[in-house]
Amino acid sequence: MNALAFLIPAALLLGLVGLVAFLWTLKRDQYDDLDGAAGRILSDDEPDDKPPAGVAR
Amino acid sequence: MSATLIRPRGAVEAGISPDPAPFVRRDGDGGASLTVLVGGLHCAGCVQRIEAALARRPGLIAARGNLTTGRFALRWREGEADAADLIESIRALGYTPTPFAESAVDPRADDSRRLLRALAVAGFAAANVMLLSVAVWSGAVSDMDEPTRRLFHWMSALIVLPAAAYAVRPFAGPALAHLRRGQFGMDLPITVAVVLTLGLSVAEAAQGGAHVYFDAAIMLLFFLLIGRVLDHQARARAGRLAENLLVLRGMEAMVIGEDGRARAVAVSDLVPGMALSVAAGARIAADGMVEKGTSELDTSLVTGESLPVTARPGAAVLAGTLNLGAPLVVRVRAAGEDTALAEIARLTEAAGQGRGRYVRLADRMARLYAPFVHLAALAAFALWWGVFAAGWQPALVVAVSVLIITCPCALGLAVPVVQVVASGRLLARGIVLKSADGLERLAEVDTVVFDKTGTLTTACLDLVNRDEIAGEDLAFASALAILSRHPLCRALVRATAGPDPSAAPSGAVREWPGDGLSLMSEDGEARLGRREWALGAAGAGAAGHGGPEPWLVRPGRAPVAVRFADTPRPAAAETVAALREMGLAIELLSGDREQVVGRIARAAGIGDWRADMRPADKLARLGELAREGRKVLMVGDGLNDAPALAGAHASMSPAAAADVSQAAADVLFQGDSLAPMALALRVARRAHRLAVGNFALAFGYNLFAVPVAMAGLVTPLVAAAAMSASSVLVTLNALRLSPGKGAR
Repeated sequence: MNALAFLIPAALLLGLVGLVAFLWTLKRDQYDDLDGAAGRILSDDEPDDKPPAGVAR
Repeated sequence: MSATLIRPRGAVEAGISPDPAPFVRRDGDGGASLTVLVGGLHCAGCVQRIEAALARRPGLIAARGNLTTGRFALRWREGEADAADLIESIRALGYTPTPFAESAVDPRADDSRRLLRALAVAGFAAANVMLLSVAVWSGAVSDMDEPTRRLFHWMSALIVLPAAAYAVRPFAGPALAHLRRGQFGMDLPITVAVVLTLGLSVAEAAQGGAHVYFDAAIMLLFFLLIGRVLDHQARARAGRLAENLLVLRGMEAMVIGEDGRARAVAVSDLVPGMALSVAAGARIAADGMVEKGTSELDTSLVTGESLPVTARPGAAVLAGTLNLGAPLVVRVRAAGEDTALAEIARLTEAAGQGRGRYVRLADRMARLYAPFVHLAALAAFALWWGVFAAGWQPALVVAVSVLIITCPCALGLAVPVVQVVASGRLLARGIVLKSADGLERLAEVDTVVFDKTGTLTTACLDLVNRDEIAGEDLAFASALAILSRHPLCRALVRATAGPDPSAAPSGAVREWPGDGLSLMSEDGEARLGRREWALGAAGAGAAGHGGPEPWLVRPGRAPVAVRFADTPRPAAAETVAALREMGLAIELLSGDREQVVGRIARAAGIGDWRADMRPADKLARLGELAREGRKVLMVGDGLNDAPALAGAHASMSPAAAADVSQAAADVLFQGDSLAPMALALRVARRAHRLAVGNFALAFGYNLFAVPVAMAGLVTPLVAAAAMSASSVLVTLNALRLSPGKGAR
């Protein structure tokens, strides 16, 4: 019984972490372009999302 | 996967980009954004090239391309960058950008996310509850004590109740809507089953009973949501593709103002009386009359005519025709809704409305299935309560177990899984499904109607009388022809594999628009061109062969005709034969002349053909066939085919077809060969057989399961096992649509 009191919450917590991670990636538009994302990992010079350096303000 | 992207054509041909200003969205604090549809994207590399180029532009906040949709989202600080400049920098890389009015909230993306979230929640809950349930099931045969079992049941309830309340919403919403309209769908039995099951399980858990179905309820939702997600993604993909094509139709025209300067005007804003400047290579945006210039027009998209037509001042021209030769000035006679082009669009829209009434296989099955399930459950309740006098509570347990075990897990997966596997297979061969139910309709087809120009034939012309022409004459003609961009000249050069340098003409070559080429040399004048023009009065009487035939007249040599004919697409005859073997009747309807159509029909082996058909005639012929009870697959590419494509039971277009036709077609195939057509039909038929087989499996399973459930023998363990087993079986069956099996 003592083991259960520890293990069940642990299992649920791990599951919840996975769920929250999935929902977070979904919210961040990570499933919008599966074809493109699959190709992007192969390229060396990933352009960063930040504005390019040296932008004139 | 890049094969799925349909490259925009209109924009390339027009060579002008619409003014992006109306499409720019402003967010209030100095930021502006614009969605651009980019044609010519092949791979993630293309997307990154564009992103990298844009990132160097000052003022840009973000540029992110989506390879799946072919759309780019640009954001910049207003005043520091200009939309037109940004678009120009994409064009400079060799792509074709078109600004695009995308609504800020895409309802499709929203739906897709809602389904995915529900799926994630259901999956999480199902996995964790199964952990507890398996413990209870094994505990039942070993040594789990009563308090622990109760604890596990309540914990299951704690996980499942909120999760199910969330995950059932994609079903409960439509179910309620259906109920209000008095319809039966698949959603209602699902919702009823889930709600009843959960209610019963709570009651059982409170009494310490064994019939606790929390795991079955959430697993049911999980499986069904997988089917929903797959189905929704297929639809969303098709919908976006159709939308991209619609955007490209919004072309612009160059209007010559009073000051003599040309400016871009949206086609919808053209009014009769305006003067259009039509560059070589551009499409004419409105019906009108040629005012200045002489050129050749390619009317094949509008009328189906395969030969270029000469346009001189005073000639009437139709919207949608392509100017091949020299710049023209066209006075607009009819614009927008009044043009022949708009008439075609109207016919297309009207013809497409019948499509909406098509009921998909899964929905037809659901209409049969839903009443059956509820009647079975009701019968179980009546049997146990009335006949066996078991008391209402045990009777309800049995009735609900019937609902659970018959619930359409397998049915919900039967079609989407087949659809996903089939479209993946077709995609690998360059065949794009453009409408979600296109595959189903394709499988039902029993008659195929072809268009000629651009469908059975390629746009290329072939030299047919090579043997009758002296080698020296041919070399001379080719050397002349290389100086012109006229389609016949290009075909001649192609046919002779380039001119022989030694035959290069010396002297002044002049191009006479609409007539041909002439060469002044010491010996006299040599001409290559239209018969009447090249031969003068002598050529008026002779009979032509029906195809294009420029004549070559040289001083001191007998005049020769250089005859051309449409080239049938590779594998045209084989494909027609293969289709006939599949038991399909085949017809050819063309807007071209009888002589040409007959020749191509014979070459392709089609006995049943009609020439000189206008778009409305084609549509009428399809109506005739439909009244005979035939289900027609229309294959066409031109604007003149668009109404027929929209009106037929199913339709296919080459990926190089006119935009309107692409938009109207269910299936697009890439490449020159017609062979993918037969493949698509075979895969569609096989997919249909598999989907029907899946339904048979699901029904067979129910035939077995319902008596067991009605006998009261179903326990939560049996329900869970039976449900997963039938779903897995259906999925495996769908995967049999593997490459190489009966589809080559």
